[in-house]
Amino acid sequence: MAVDKNTLFNEEIRAEIDSWIAKYPADWKQSACMPALTIVQESNGGWLTSELMDDVAAYLDMPPIAVYEVATFYSMYEHKPVGRHKICLCTNVSCLINNCDSIYEHLKNKLGIGFGEVTGDGRFSLKEVECLGACGGAPMMQIGDKYYENLTPEIVDSILEELD
Amino acid sequence: MANEVCFRTLEKSEAPWKIDEYRKLGGYEMLEKIIREQTPPDEIIEQVKISNLRGRGGAGFPTGLKWSFINRTTPEEKYVVCNSDEGEPGTFKDRDILRYNPHQLIEGMIICGYVIGGVAGYNYIRGEFVEPTRRFEAALEEARAAGYLGRNILGSGWDFDLHTHLGAGAYICGEETALLESIEGKKGQPRFKPPFPAQFGLFGKPTVINNTESFASVPMILSEGGEWFRDIGVENSGGPKLFSVSGNVNRPGNFEVPLGTPFSELLDMAGGMRDGRKLKAVIPGGSSAPVIPGDIMMDLNMDYDSIQNAGSMLGSGAVIVMDDTNCMVKVLDRISYFYYEESCGQCTPCREGTGWMHRVIHRIETGKGKPEDLDLLVDVAAKIAGRTICALGDAAALPVASFIQHYRDEFQYHIDHKKCMV
Repeated sequence: MAVDKNTLFNEEIRAEIDSWIAKYPADWKQSACMPALTIVQESNGGWLTSELMDDVAAYLDMPPIAVYEVATFYSMYEHKPVGRHKICLCTNVSCLINNCDSIYEHLKNKLGIGFGEVTGDGRFSLKEVECLGACGGAPMMQIGDKYYENLTPEIVDSILEELD
Repeated sequence: MANEVCFRTLEKSEAPWKIDEYRKLGGYEMLEKIIREQTPPDEIIEQVKISNLRGRGGAGFPTGLKWSFINRTTPEEKYVVCNSDEGEPGTFKDRDILRYNPHQLIEGMIICGYVIGGVAGYNYIRGEFVEPTRRFEAALEEARAAGYLGRNILGSGWDFDLHTHLGAGAYICGEETALLESIEGKKGQPRFKPPFPAQFGLFGKPTVINNTESFASVPMILSEGGEWFRDIGVENSGGPKLFSVSGNVNRPGNFEVPLGTPFSELLDMAGGMRDGRKLKAVIPGGSSAPVIPGDIMMDLNMDYDSIQNAGSMLGSGAVIVMDDTNCMVKVLDRISYFYYEESCGQCTPCREGTGWMHRVIHRIETGKGKPEDLDLLVDVAAKIAGRTICALGDAAALPVASFIQHYRDEFQYHIDHKKCMV
């Protein structure tokens, strides 16, 4: 069943996805699948629904299953609600050596949640992530676009206070 | 001698990522000369071969040779792809190239495009690198405005553009064919090789794919000459290399030093051991590289052959330094979890073996180890290595084998006493 693509998403999102489609050869529209998922996830408060994935599939002329495969393969796509601020704490080897365990303990005590959970007010969620390529600043975490490095419990407190 | 190639602009400018600053320091002169003189591609490849530049992403394959595999006379579209996925634990160098010297990377990629007669290039940057991506994108805009990218580059009649493609969190996409699959909008599962990307690459077309640091080294190789670059390093290891030093050191960071630099000097540059502790172990090339005990490491030089002869590999140049407060069982527990988490699931030995190894190491770490576990681990590791499509299987197996080889007594103590000896 053909879908009127102008009914999918809003104009701004369509324009953004189109700008990605334009980067690839005309017959490789599906190359825009990853950026499209990122864009629609962002517009939905940080997580993907089946409807959004189906819409991406329709928009890029892909079978829905091909979009599900991508959306479940890469760890930055979320399939259930996340906090307004998604705290991604690296626990890989350089961070482990630099005592990321103490940062995790601190976050757990402060927020009352563990990895994979969201605070009751929806403000924060915690996620354990693999190496984010900032090992010189271990221990480190990412919130939104930003990397925070050389963490101590005190630094973590001041970072969280700054967030709405 | 430090900061000669990828980091050469860092101390000479307040904002080396801007095109005007980069040009003040000789940037884009090489590209302009090549386009103006229409330098024969073979001459460029020859200099890159002479330079002994080996792939900086981890595999160490000679870059000049890789470029020479492209059949430039085929009428098909040809592509340039840069691997800025930087996921190997311990590695954080390409992030700094993207942030501080993006134009040198762009210049290197355009020169590669010229050599192979490419139509377009993609820089695959890991999705978490939002700020480095903005820097790179801004640099692309500047390069386009200056006529280095787009249609009819510098009046030559050659059209070539570069784009960013963002990853979304998958270590396996650092493997070159998984990365190509990912740009094609699929799961990042590695392809069988052959065919190699030079024949069947991105969108099924001939493709050169290199690491960020490799491309960013090319403009200097051409402007100063392949011999200049080669002579900075040692035999079989041309040039300087970026080393990302992390762990229990006073001043972790990236250091661009000649290949062949003694590890002890690199450790000094990183400020030595923190709190004056004793060096216990070093992972010299990212978490996939076998661990080397500290006393052996202190006598080694940082080049491909020296590290290989000591039973490990130089890999991406990620040097993880551990002092004597670290429990090697705990470290291996975390490393083995990583490979279990990141296995793409395509090949059975890796998909099943990484989980199996992690479960066994984790039970040793948590005091539930069995007497037969160490032999079991060595056996499982040996049965993964060499039996998978890509190198992730080997990368998961090598650390396990090496940790047990060098620190068997620590593992045995965990099993016997249900606790740590450190």
